[in-house]
Amino acid sequence: MSTATTPAPITLTPRRPARGLLSQVTRTELRLFLREPVGLLWGLLFPVVLLVVLGSIPGTRKHGDDLDGQSVVEAYVPILTAFTFAMLALNAMPPALAGYREKGVLRRLSTTPLPPSRVLGAQILIHGAVATLATAVITLVARFAFGVHLPRAPFAFVVTVVLTALALFAIGLFVSAVAADTKVANGAGAVLFFVSMFFAGLWLPRAKMPDTLRTIGDCTPLGAGVRALGDATAGHWPHGSAFPVLAGYALVFGIASARWFRWE
Amino acid sequence: MANVEAVRVEGLSKSYPGRSVLRDVSFGVDVGEIFGLVGPNGAGKTTTVECVSGLRRPDGGSARVLGLDPRTQRDEVRRVLGVQLQQSALPDKLRVAEAIELYSACHRAPVEPGPLLTRLGLDAHLRTPYAKLSGGLRQRLSIALALIGAPRVVILDELTTGLDPQARRNTWSLVEEIRDAGVTVLLVTHFMEEAERLCDRVAVLDGGRIVALDTPQALIERVIRHQIVRFRPRTPLTPEMRADLAALPQVRELTEIDDRIVITGAPDVLTGVTAVLARAGVIAENLRVDSPDLDDAYLALTDTDTDSNSETGTDAATDTDVRRVGRR
Repeated sequence: MSTATTPAPITLTPRRPARGLLSQVTRTELRLFLREPVGLLWGLLFPVVLLVVLGSIPGTRKHGDDLDGQSVVEAYVPILTAFTFAMLALNAMPPALAGYREKGVLRRLSTTPLPPSRVLGAQILIHGAVATLATAVITLVARFAFGVHLPRAPFAFVVTVVLTALALFAIGLFVSAVAADTKVANGAGAVLFFVSMFFAGLWLPRAKMPDTLRTIGDCTPLGAGVRALGDATAGHWPHGSAFPVLAGYALVFGIASARWFRWE
Repeated sequence: MANVEAVRVEGLSKSYPGRSVLRDVSFGVDVGEIFGLVGPNGAGKTTTVECVSGLRRPDGGSARVLGLDPRTQRDEVRRVLGVQLQQSALPDKLRVAEAIELYSACHRAPVEPGPLLTRLGLDAHLRTPYAKLSGGLRQRLSIALALIGAPRVVILDELTTGLDPQARRNTWSLVEEIRDAGVTVLLVTHFMEEAERLCDRVAVLDGGRIVALDTPQALIERVIRHQIVRFRPRTPLTPEMRADLAALPQVRELTEIDDRIVITGAPDVLTGVTAVLARAGVIAENLRVDSPDLDDAYLALTDTDTDSNSETGTDAATDTDVRRVGRR
């Protein structure tokens, strides 16, 4: 206000809102997500690069006996799909939401007619969309670059992806709900990520796990998820426990988050 | 709606484990006024406005905004109430224009942002991310966001804390403009100069209670009933003149320090003194009048040294009155 002329006093002229509420929140969150490209890097780029690197190693496309007749690339496609969901739901989203709470962003928003739950909705929407995009890219790259066949039971595959996403985002939301601050959210998210990815078979594919480990893995969200993805890809409806396990995680953690989410 | 108050707080109480933050706080804010809530840190000012804005649930009592209950009529209250929070925050990378866009979308009938941003001096910073804004600009953005929904009542919490004197003065004229635009203002502050300059009425909060509620002027007069006049007569006062001055009904005490006269008396003592001096043809040099301001009233009202008296408000005032004179 260094100009010589006094500016006109405050006037409050009404106008029509430019855009619907959810789309405006999602737009804003998307902008912020793209400005912090870590999520995009780890959730989309990294698994795809990993797939390409893996597929380029000689021998990984050969079908062998030690992976239940699958090639290494084939075995890793569901694992990398799980990786992208876990990365976005457990590593990217919780610190973002905990940071919003820590800085008072949610508190500030809750003084407007906007329900702050819309921010959660937008966050899940964006992270979920990126994970879905990554799944599509992984599936297509695997198909056209490395000759891995597309899921033979597409409907079961889609149901599995949706249920896995719901379970992981419910857990991620729960971490955001109870974590005291960004650091805790980061730490808890990372621990959950590595444990989940272990049972998903990132370091040791499920086919090579001892029976006990595999049975434990079937009770974890990503153990169940990767198993179901494999089943759907092979062309049959996933084995008994996978869907109930995934749905259970989604339900329990979804309800717990709704119950315990703190806005400030 | 004609008689509905902008804000009505009735018997508000709130405790956290081990301490009670608000004890039976009641006040009303009339439509169109600037109402100040002052008090020392921890007096319960912020908790009070948090209850009014529906961010916090009181243990007892009620709050109303234009007759609406912030707890059961959350959306209705948020449509008429703008809030500027003490520690308000936006995502670091959100730009000014985007914040305005987002908060506009939160409201059913937002205001035209252009003139508001120009007046607040934000129009040159539309593309600046929140993290890179200076304290003053953040404060102004926060005001803009509080006003963007065309509220009828606005809560401004510690608006000028951390601003330099120039920015503070600019903000004061802004607050007056907000009121002139038809918005009732509930102002939380610990700057008495700010409350005295802006507020039509002030509630003094101390230890979770309202210890006084009145116009700034009345608070000052209620608490401190004296004025001190100092001057140096160009020609020495004769004993008769001195007797005339001392005989004035408003004068309580007259002392001479070297060639300077110090007179303590009632709030209108200056009138009497100048009349006597004029009649005698004495010119008063370096004439200085010390009137107590809201700072003094505030200190007297919230003084915790005299804790047995401070809670009874005006009784305490007479005690501290004397002390304050001594201190001056």
